[in-house]
Amino acid sequence: MGGYGDVKLLRDDGKRLDGRAIDEMRAVTIEAGVLPAADGSAMVTHGLNVAVAAVYGPMEAHPRKIQRQDRAVIDVRYNMAPFSTGDRIRPGFNRRSREISKVTAEALESVVLVERYPRSKIRVEIEILAAEAGTRCAGITAASVALADAGIPMRDMIVGVASGKIEDTVVLDLDKAEDNYGQADLPVGILPNTGEIAFLQMDGDLSIDEYNLAMEYNFKAAKEIHEVMADALKRRYERGDA
Amino acid sequence: MSKGQVGAEQRLVTPGMVIGPASGKRAGSGTIAENNEFIATRLGWLNERNDVVSVLPINSAYMPRSGDLIIGYVAEVRNNLWFFDVNGPFQALLPMSLAPWKVEYGSTRQHLGIGDAALARIQEVDETHNMVLTMKGVGLRRLNEGAVVSIPVNLIDTLRGENNATLSRIRDATNCRIIVGDNGRVWIHGDSEDMLASRQVIQTLQQEGHKDTFETAVLALEGERGEN
Repeated sequence: MGGYGDVKLLRDDGKRLDGRAIDEMRAVTIEAGVLPAADGSAMVTHGLNVAVAAVYGPMEAHPRKIQRQDRAVIDVRYNMAPFSTGDRIRPGFNRRSREISKVTAEALESVVLVERYPRSKIRVEIEILAAEAGTRCAGITAASVALADAGIPMRDMIVGVASGKIEDTVVLDLDKAEDNYGQADLPVGILPNTGEIAFLQMDGDLSIDEYNLAMEYNFKAAKEIHEVMADALKRRYERGDA
Repeated sequence: MSKGQVGAEQRLVTPGMVIGPASGKRAGSGTIAENNEFIATRLGWLNERNDVVSVLPINSAYMPRSGDLIIGYVAEVRNNLWFFDVNGPFQALLPMSLAPWKVEYGSTRQHLGIGDAALARIQEVDETHNMVLTMKGVGLRRLNEGAVVSIPVNLIDTLRGENNATLSRIRDATNCRIIVGDNGRVWIHGDSEDMLASRQVIQTLQQEGHKDTFETAVLALEGERGEN
């Protein structure tokens, strides 16, 4: 990280390469209930990212050794489609998808009322159809809308957002060039109503002031995305539009 | 918890949404109280009755309770018991002692085989979701004919209507015998044409149950079949 310091990521007018201001998010659209076979589903487009999440369950947890007598386990499978990036991705689990599946599962377990469903499993499948930096955040957002769509009780939803640092400037929502050639990336999962943080990762270095500014951006963006999430769920179940 | 008369003025809440202050009220299903505020835990319509605030979920999995009348499919047969798929997260167990027949050890398959449907009642559920079924009781039997339709569990009350009124109307209009299981499976029996008509109206719940089209569908059915 930081080895590409000579790549120009900020324009002379202070805007970013794609024309966004430093605290401007890429466009987010969410559609709930896109998959008829799943108990709950959602599709999130975040900039050029496309993430689809499907939720199945609660169901009996198999193999039995993963069962917990006092709560449900959440089984997350994050996967990037082979065609989601310019370089073809070899299909199947890899180190990165395993890591993201794990942190996503732990984040979701902190909001889902898992103690309501002892010995069961809730299966969450996240498929990234198109990737352009920030897929884990789009995946978490999609997963929590899909969980709500499936009628699974939760304390709150999780919004995945990221900020980062390029050319020593803190910016909101890195795109691909900024992620590849920037200095830091800070994806977080925020509970929009309580302001709690369900997961946080940091790649690169941020000073305390930079961190605080990045988190300020993240919270601002989380609020905006949460409105889109709630709107998607409401649109799905609006009455009388038959 | 009747959903029949849910009006358009009802508020749709999403998980985590603050419903309001908890003063003097109690948290019902689909809500939790935190820091003296009620928070919705499910996607659904807000409901307040007798000082209890609850959320009527739009979508929910079947959670078995003892006493429920269910329609199950045999999923597994052992020498002395059956396992039933009851549309819940776990399979339910029917021991041969609670079957309505005199069953010899090893002859369970002669009474119910894999895939057979049966009307049963849930005898008990423990806290880890182990379930025992019983088929001893009035009307509990193997379902040899008719058809089974699935509907979302949270729309069972809509299908039944106030005091089973809606269900009776469908029965009268189609001349079918209809049994609604608490696990979201509905058994229909009648002439093939009648069954088709009742299946179609019940399936509107499955396809667009979250909209208010069910009542329209029932009215259309009555208008269509009322004359003959």
